[in-house]
Amino acid sequence: MLELTNISKTFNPGTVNEKTAISHLNFKLEDGDFVTIVGSNGAGKSTLFNAIAGSFYVDEGSIYLDGKNFTYLPEYKRAKVIGRLFQDPLKGTAPHMTIEENLSLAYLRTAKRGFAAFSTVSKQEKEMFRAHLALLGMHLEDRMKHPVGLLSGGQRQALTLLMATIVTPKLLLLDEHTAALDPGTAEKVLELTRSIVSERKISCMMVTHNMHQALDLGNRTLMMSDGSIVLDLKGEERKGLTVEDLLRKFRQKANKALDNDRILLSSLETE
Amino acid sequence: MLSLSVVQNALEVGFIYALVALALFVSYSILDIADLTTDGSFTLGCAVSATVCIAGHPLLALPAAILAGALAGFITAFLQTRLGVPSILAGIVTNTGLYTINLAVMGFSSNLALFNTDTLFSSAREALFPVFGSWYKLVIAAAITLLVSALIVLFLGTRLGISIRATGDNADMVRASSINTTTMITIGLCIANAMTSLSGAVLAQYNKSADINLGTGMVVIGLASLIIGQTLVGKGSMWRCVLAVLVGSVLYRFIIAVALKLNVPAECLKLVSAVIVGFAIALPSLKGWAAFQKKRLAAVHGKEEK
Repeated sequence: MLELTNISKTFNPGTVNEKTAISHLNFKLEDGDFVTIVGSNGAGKSTLFNAIAGSFYVDEGSIYLDGKNFTYLPEYKRAKVIGRLFQDPLKGTAPHMTIEENLSLAYLRTAKRGFAAFSTVSKQEKEMFRAHLALLGMHLEDRMKHPVGLLSGGQRQALTLLMATIVTPKLLLLDEHTAALDPGTAEKVLELTRSIVSERKISCMMVTHNMHQALDLGNRTLMMSDGSIVLDLKGEERKGLTVEDLLRKFRQKANKALDNDRILLSSLETE
Repeated sequence: MLSLSVVQNALEVGFIYALVALALFVSYSILDIADLTTDGSFTLGCAVSATVCIAGHPLLALPAAILAGALAGFITAFLQTRLGVPSILAGIVTNTGLYTINLAVMGFSSNLALFNTDTLFSSAREALFPVFGSWYKLVIAAAITLLVSALIVLFLGTRLGISIRATGDNADMVRASSINTTTMITIGLCIANAMTSLSGAVLAQYNKSADINLGTGMVVIGLASLIIGQTLVGKGSMWRCVLAVLVGSVLYRFIIAVALKLNVPAECLKLVSAVIVGFAIALPSLKGWAAFQKKRLAAVHGKEEK
């Protein structure tokens, strides 16, 4: 469904700060795939997501989603079919607007061209929002008129997840979306992610620094280094793989150890 | 203390200028843009209104001014969103250009008098005077402002209105919801400047004159009204926010009336508004500083006592 062909992105070209964040990357995502992505800091994981979501245009190569050329489509148009969550729970919601208004905004994705700009949110839609909120199990359905700024980080991230999926996206990009939450809340948001993604069969890509998560979740794992995918594990090869195996494989492929404290710490927890 | 005619005048002018405060509510509070086009588009409204009035169409002057103001807002938005001009500079550029445009609209004269022409107020006088007496001007000014206020509140509750509000609150999230923030900023600035221009248009007919310098400092006066209102009435629902704007604008005119009564020279009024705005915007950080000093002093003294 998603096809990246030979994409490259260099920041600040021709200056001392020149940095090739993605170099000649090829990748194909199958329908219904749930891919986890790991890699050192600066490996290009977030840049890859930015390229797919359209935060910038790539220097080279092409991006296709379901056969449609996305390479030069602006970010807001891609957002119609791509949902996205960031590490920072504050990034996905408008703090001074109510839960209901935030959801209405996300729900505008359903609107056709020249949406009914001057109409207000209908009663049925509000009921539908309420039902969706109830599924989060955070009692947010009773606080629909409250500004989102009053919610906790975990509640805001759960709401962002709901907003990103209230109109089922073709592709969901999760950029360490539980990393800033406390362990209990992170587990809850992760559980919600798992159930929403599997129930609605959304194709999904998730960046994580937690190696256990990388192997537990989804059906495929990518490892990135220096702007390329150095390891692509799926099927039989991925089954039964341990965190140690993964770290060893990475060392072999990338010719260096994973230099990320958080990854190393998370892999130490089991030893 | 204040005579009835002074109260009446403050109310009339307060309602007329409330449209500028309402415009700044949209651009400054909602979109988080300090729109310096305001001064120029206010004068633009005055100029267009006076010119169309002289041509014999006082009622047509209002939509004409609204259109002209929206166009000015569009230019600022275009500079800012498409050509990468920083938002404050975009307003200044448009404002500077508007000075010439405004002169041109007035036939390259720096002021126009409407003494022998019909205005909105003079034409409605016959119908309204028997009912409202000398308050008829207030009725017209209030009717226009209240109508626009109600329309704005209703508009901000629509899908488009919510999108504009969210653009000022969290643009990343708006883009992620597949909404074009460029379009939202453009629509917001067009609406804001249309209201500013309408305010100028009504004022020109009320004063029976237009002057090239009428708009000078308007952005500060509008902000002063907005901040006074928000401090007293508070924020909350859109209705409450708009009520705050009206209260603030009328109150600001009373403050000016009192200042004049206390023999503050008219030349000093701009300084008074600047001080009000500077102080009101600085208030939260002043409060924070005071609280910190109190805490620090308490901690230092506590140690010494031990």
